[in-house]
Amino acid sequence: MLATLGLDDVDELFRPIPAELRAPAGLDLPRPHAEQEVATELARLAGRNRHLDELTCFLGAGVYDHYVPAAVWYLAGRGEFATSYTPYQPEMSQGVLQALFEYQTLISELTGLEVSNASLYDGASAVAEAATMAVTATRRGELLVSGAVAPRVRELLDTYSRGLDIKLVEVGALDGHTDLEEARGKAGDQTAALLLAQPNFLGVVEDVGAAARVAHHAGAKLLVSFDPLSAGLLEPPGRLGADIVVGEGQALGNHPNFGGPAFGFLACGSEDVRRLPGRLVGETLDTAGRRGYVLTLQAREQHIRREKATSNICTNQTLNAIAAAVYLSWLGPGGLEELGRLCLRLARYAADRLAAIPGVSLAFPGQPFVKELVVRLPADPAEVCRRLVGHGLLAGLPLAGLAPGLADGLLVAVTERRTKADIDRLAEAMATVLAELDAGEAEEVAR
Amino acid sequence: MTGVEAVPWAAGLPASEPERLIFERSSPGRRASTMPDPGELPEAHPEQALPAWARRTAPVRLPEVSERDLVRHYTRLAHRNYAVDLGFYPLGSCTMKYNPKVAEVAAALPGFARLHPAQPAEQVQGALELLARLEHALCELTGLAAATFQPAAGAHGELTGLLLIRAHHEARNDPRRRVVIPDAAHGTNPASVRLAGFEVTTVASGPEGLLDLDALEAVLGDDVAAFMITNPNTLGLFERNIARVAELVHGVGGQLYYDGANFNAILGKARPGDMGFDVVHLNLHKTFATPHGGGGPGAGPLVVAEHLADFLPAPVVVRDGDHYRWDSDRPRSIGRVHGWNGNFGILVRAFAYLLANGGDGLRGVAERAVLNANYLLGRLEAAYQLGYPSKPVMHEFVLSARRQKGQGARALDVAKGLIDRGFHPPTVYFPLIVEEALMVEPTETESVETLDAFADAMLDIAAQAEADAHQLHQAPVTAPVGRLDEARAARNLVARWHPPPEPEQAGSDPDDEGPPDKPTS
Repeated sequence: MLATLGLDDVDELFRPIPAELRAPAGLDLPRPHAEQEVATELARLAGRNRHLDELTCFLGAGVYDHYVPAAVWYLAGRGEFATSYTPYQPEMSQGVLQALFEYQTLISELTGLEVSNASLYDGASAVAEAATMAVTATRRGELLVSGAVAPRVRELLDTYSRGLDIKLVEVGALDGHTDLEEARGKAGDQTAALLLAQPNFLGVVEDVGAAARVAHHAGAKLLVSFDPLSAGLLEPPGRLGADIVVGEGQALGNHPNFGGPAFGFLACGSEDVRRLPGRLVGETLDTAGRRGYVLTLQAREQHIRREKATSNICTNQTLNAIAAAVYLSWLGPGGLEELGRLCLRLARYAADRLAAIPGVSLAFPGQPFVKELVVRLPADPAEVCRRLVGHGLLAGLPLAGLAPGLADGLLVAVTERRTKADIDRLAEAMATVLAELDAGEAEEVAR
Repeated sequence: MTGVEAVPWAAGLPASEPERLIFERSSPGRRASTMPDPGELPEAHPEQALPAWARRTAPVRLPEVSERDLVRHYTRLAHRNYAVDLGFYPLGSCTMKYNPKVAEVAAALPGFARLHPAQPAEQVQGALELLARLEHALCELTGLAAATFQPAAGAHGELTGLLLIRAHHEARNDPRRRVVIPDAAHGTNPASVRLAGFEVTTVASGPEGLLDLDALEAVLGDDVAAFMITNPNTLGLFERNIARVAELVHGVGGQLYYDGANFNAILGKARPGDMGFDVVHLNLHKTFATPHGGGGPGAGPLVVAEHLADFLPAPVVVRDGDHYRWDSDRPRSIGRVHGWNGNFGILVRAFAYLLANGGDGLRGVAERAVLNANYLLGRLEAAYQLGYPSKPVMHEFVLSARRQKGQGARALDVAKGLIDRGFHPPTVYFPLIVEEALMVEPTETESVETLDAFADAMLDIAAQAEADAHQLHQAPVTAPVGRLDEARAARNLVARWHPPPEPEQAGSDPDDEGPPDKPTS
């Protein structure tokens, strides 16, 4: 090849780079490794992590240990999907396009809204995209954010709001749910939207219909961050008046992956479709009248519209969205409902078992929940969790610093991967650990 | 004609046989899923556990299929999709190199895939070590000081970088309003600029396809927050005056931003930090060979110079001796841009690629990428004009089909002709400054036989354009579908499947129910 180009040395092709800008010798980089050595080193690093097959997981807070069926990544992981890219040439990308069209339909069904885009980075950034849509649609600059939305999501919104010039106004939580009276008082003619999560960060099921009335009364939109797997039990927010529904898609066939890759979803009504961020697949016909799929409404997007685009997103999380389509098709309507009921049963059993431990109580008794709940502990939840790791348990997320008034709170998630025996083991170990801590404290006091 | 590396369509299904939607395969009562036995668990009825206002009132219309149906359906869809694993994919600016499989195996290890992001640091020391070592390598390769892994893609990295630049200026009580970008920039650049709250100023390229220093100087001022550029630029040309550009931008107090989309060209050969760049985002799915996933997931880590490190999204990984921890105590941080730690699974793959190649291997990557591009250009330039006459090119080049346009075949027709010849087309109509642009990036992972087969196909198309351009308008004829009516899709938006109307209602008055594919706007 060099000879064809009349060159002796490949370095001659780098002559446009001035000599003084060439990389110095001796960069501190690894030596080349054989494939076997790569596999060994990566296995060593993986071995230094305690994963969810070793520890029984009651940790949730947005990422959940749901079962991932064998067919999901057997199919989504196929090279034809995994090693392709954004379907700019639709005639040779019908597989990805049709899978995304199916994905959009499934998300539309789960959220109760007409149009879903083809995925976003994650649930948190999806909230920011929805906020941008609401601000553009209403030409108003304030966002009422429920204090019962996950702190990570609120932190991200705060970061994004600096560029977007959105003012964030917090609405407090009352007995575990968004204080809609406070929201009503704070909503005004500058309010673009009210944002809440369903179920919320504390596991409590929100009254989405009532929230929609509060938002709409002020001429604002209702944005809901929704756990899509709760759709087996809960009414889709779109049917209760939510205007834009977003969420974290990890639970739909994606492994926890230390937080990513999974995906975010976003669905809206027809009236907002031209403000939708990211890719959208539409149905059309080919020259012979055959049905086919293409990326559509591209005039919204950055590669056409540049600084006037609805979003800057280009690469999204397509493969994870395809995994979700496979997962939801695996689940079916019966599976979705049965899964919801099973999680509910397990979570209620966990609530009963944990609340029966002396000194432990439910933080929000009487409030509805589906798979996650907060318990108050008579000792530092972080210390309790540390000790429970010794029993092979990830007991949950200590809430100190994450939710006002819940320094003694522990957020516990229960998925279908947990069994009655797991919950019994958690309750017994927690009772033991609390007794140890109590005895230790008594000893200290005695000294 | 079929080159040795070309993929004949219809290897799986007859190309003309459509695959129904999964919803159209649905049959009441069929189901793939099974649920574990709840054992002695007490019952919990949603009717009692949940208030009526919260409960679902209608079934969710998910498809009802067996596992066999599910596997056949998505396998058939896979057969209708072209990919790097099937053949050459010279999509310019996207770096569609081969994705090594050891990285897939590593990322799927339970020790990575089954980690919860809220697990305490002491349980995830291997993951944090991986992040710290990858950060160190990216700093070495870019000549910069610190990185964040939160951005999930290149555009996400751009937004993060621009927010960080905004915070830098604000911390100096010197808020600025404009960001300058070249007219050849990726569309994500101006879109990110606006999202970060800045105004876009565009600067035109000079006649050689390089930055025009006078034009740049004319638009610079003390209200310029940053100048954002790819190098090599989107024409595949190295901006040889970059050091002078850095002086000019820094001279007005601006920051220099490196869009890492084209980093593959200079990997280990030259470093953005040495050129004067302050902020770099890298597209690990491009340069570090992680699979593009049909449009993601990617990873767009941001690497910055020392003076910007404090502004990086929190938390960051810190090493204390043999121990790694998250540092969240970062008062000057711009905050989060991702719910957790970015696309960690992609970072695992990128780390595997880093180890496999090592420093020497990465330099070889850039060398072979540039050699392949120049070899392929040499085979094509008699038949197609180069968008801008500068040579040698780096890792990619932009041809113009303006000669073919005169014969009646546009860049799009050339692209569709390539599909019939078994290749994925180059990027078309980008950058905008080249008429009838065909942007070709062969990458380092392709053999000379593949490049020759692709060149033969391109030359064949040029000959066909000359002889009978009309024939190219019919292409593709061998793909699962022919040319699709994109205008129709936008005009009559159908973005989801709708169940067909009930037969009796359809019989009485089909218009009442609307057609099965009811438009949504």
